[in-house]
Amino acid sequence: MVVTNTTERKPCLSGRGVTKVFGFGNQKTVAVDHVDFDFREGDIISIVGESGSGKTTISKMILGLIGVTEGEIFFQGQPRDIKTHRKKQEYWKGIQAIFQDPFATYNMFKKIDEVLLDCINMRGGKNLPKEEKERLMTEACSFVNLKYAELTNKYPFELSGGQMQRLMIARIFLLKPKILLADEPTSMIDACSRATILDMLLKLRDEINMTIVFITHDIGLAYYVSDTIYIMEHGKFVEVGKADDVILNPQAPYTKRLISDVPKIHEEWDLSTV
Amino acid sequence: MGKIMLDVKDLKTKYVTRFKEDVYAVDGVSLQIEEGKSLGIAGESGCGKSTLALSLMGYYFAPLHYMSGSIEVDGRNISNMTPDQVRKSILGTEIAYIPQAAMNALNPTQKIIRFLEDVIHAHDPKVSKKDIYDMAKERFEILGLPESVLQKHAVELSGGMKQRTVIAISTILSPKVLIADEPSSALDVTSQKMVIKMMRDLMEKGFIKSMIFITHELPLLYNVTDDIMVMYAGQIVEKGTAKEMVFDSLHPYTYGLMGSIIVPEAGTRDVKLTAIPGTPPNLKRPPAGCRFADRCKYATPECKAFAPAMKDIGGGRAYRCSMSLEQLKEVYGRD
Repeated sequence: MVVTNTTERKPCLSGRGVTKVFGFGNQKTVAVDHVDFDFREGDIISIVGESGSGKTTISKMILGLIGVTEGEIFFQGQPRDIKTHRKKQEYWKGIQAIFQDPFATYNMFKKIDEVLLDCINMRGGKNLPKEEKERLMTEACSFVNLKYAELTNKYPFELSGGQMQRLMIARIFLLKPKILLADEPTSMIDACSRATILDMLLKLRDEINMTIVFITHDIGLAYYVSDTIYIMEHGKFVEVGKADDVILNPQAPYTKRLISDVPKIHEEWDLSTV
Repeated sequence: MGKIMLDVKDLKTKYVTRFKEDVYAVDGVSLQIEEGKSLGIAGESGCGKSTLALSLMGYYFAPLHYMSGSIEVDGRNISNMTPDQVRKSILGTEIAYIPQAAMNALNPTQKIIRFLEDVIHAHDPKVSKKDIYDMAKERFEILGLPESVLQKHAVELSGGMKQRTVIAISTILSPKVLIADEPSSALDVTSQKMVIKMMRDLMEKGFIKSMIFITHELPLLYNVTDDIMVMYAGQIVEKGTAKEMVFDSLHPYTYGLMGSIIVPEAGTRDVKLTAIPGTPPNLKRPPAGCRFADRCKYATPECKAFAPAMKDIGGGRAYRCSMSLEQLKEVYGRD
C-alpha cells in the first residue's frame, strides 16, 4: 500500500517493496512482506502491531542492523548505501534509536558524563573547550529534566528505569539525528513516567524538527503521539493514514480488533469478543 | 454486605539490608475484601505493591520481615505462621498468587499436568493421578483452554497461553483470595484481554471468591476491579470504587496519576498529559511529614511537618491528605 496523501514536506525515509525472509526452504519465515512506506520530515510516525507482526524486524532493517532481502530503502531521497562500515557510520549520524530495555543499552563500565561526552565527540565536538562541552551536557540534561550536577560520577545502573530512558533521550538531543527510531521506549516503565517520555519525544519533534518513528503495540500511545499511523499485521501494512482517521474511523478488521482490545474509560470494554 | 474474605489491619513489613538500614516497604496498610469483590492496587514502580502482595500471603523469607499488624483470611489469622506452615496450609487453598513473571515460572522440563499434580499432592497426597487428570481437564475446558495443553511442555506454549495456564494451575484448588501481580503486563493487548476474560470467568463461576489485582495500568484496573486503592511510598493514599477513583479523584497523587491515562478515544489527543515531577522518597528514611509533599503542587510548609492520617468520608472512600474536600475541589478547579 502506497501512501497517497502527499503534503509539501518531502519524505526523508521511504521504502519500496521492502522484504525480509528468515531461513530458507521449508523453514522459510517471511517476517516483512513487500512493504512500502514514506516517512515525512518532521512527522511522528507510529508502527503498531502485535508481537510477531514484524515491527522490530522492520526497525532493524531501517537501522541497517540486518540486511534487506528484497526491495530498497531511500534515505533523504537517495537510495541508501551502507555496504561498508564507514558508510554505515555515516548513515548512523542521520538515524539513531532508543530501545525497549534501558537497562541493557548502556555500557556499565562508563560513567554518565562519558556517555554524553561520546555523543559530543561523535558530532565533531572533540576539540571544543571543556567549559563548552560541560555547557552542552548541562543543556541536554535539563532538556530531559535531569540535573547534570547530580549525575556526574554516577554510573547508569544507579539510575531508575525512567531516568535511564530520559538519559537516552539526552543522548539523542546531543546527537541531533534527522530520524529517531523509538522501539517500544515506554513498555518497561510505569504509566506515570511514560507520560514524561512521550512529552519529551513531542518536544524533540517541535524543537529540533526531528522525524520520529515510534514502534509500539499500544494503540493508545500511538494515537496520543503520532501524526501518521501504520498498522502492521503478519509483515504487511494493513492500514495507513492520519492518526485521527485510523483510530476514530478504522477500516481494516485488524485495526478494529486492536482498538477493541484496549481497555477504555469512557466506553464499555467488550470482553465477549475474545 | 457479604462475608469478609480478607481482612488486613495496619500491616507493617520491612526489608532488612546488610547495612543495618531497614526499608519500610509496607507501612500501615489496612484493607478488606468481601466475597465476590475484586480490589485493584495501583501505584508507581517501587511504591510497595509487590511487597504488599508477598506480605499478604505471609511469604516472609529474608530479607522480607514481618513487623506488626494482622492478616485474616476468612476469619483465620495467618500473620503468626512460619513460611513453611503458610506454604503447606495457606498457599493454593486459601490464597493463590500469580507473580509478575508467571510465564517464566514453569519448569521447562516438565509437562503441565505435573505442576497440577504437584499443587494437589502438596495438600492431599492421596489423590490419584487419574482423578487429577479428570479434574484438570474439566477445569481447563470451563476456562477455555484446550485439553492438549496438559500433555505439553511450557516451551510449546505461547506467552499468553503460558500465562493463562499458570492462572489455571494456581487456582485449581479454588482459593478464597487470588492475588495477581501484574498478570498481563508482559503480554500484548489481545492476550491481555484473554487473561482478563479468564480471571473474570473464574470470579463469575465461583472458582475464586475474591481477587486482588495489582497493576500500574489504570484503564485496565478501571475495567477489571470493583474498587481501587492507590499506594504511594508504602502507604495507601486513597481508596474508593473504580468509577469514583478515575473520574473524581481526591488525593493530589491520584489526581496526577489520572492525568497520565492514555486511551485511544476521541478527544484524548487534545488533552495534554500531566506527569508528576520528581521521584518517590527513599523508604529507608521515610519523611516525617506527608510522603507526597515533595512532589505535590499544592503542598504547604505544614504538609512537610505533619503526616496526615487516612480520612474516612463514608461510602468506603478515604484519602490521606491534610486538605479538606472543599479545599481540594478549589485547588483542582484553579488549573
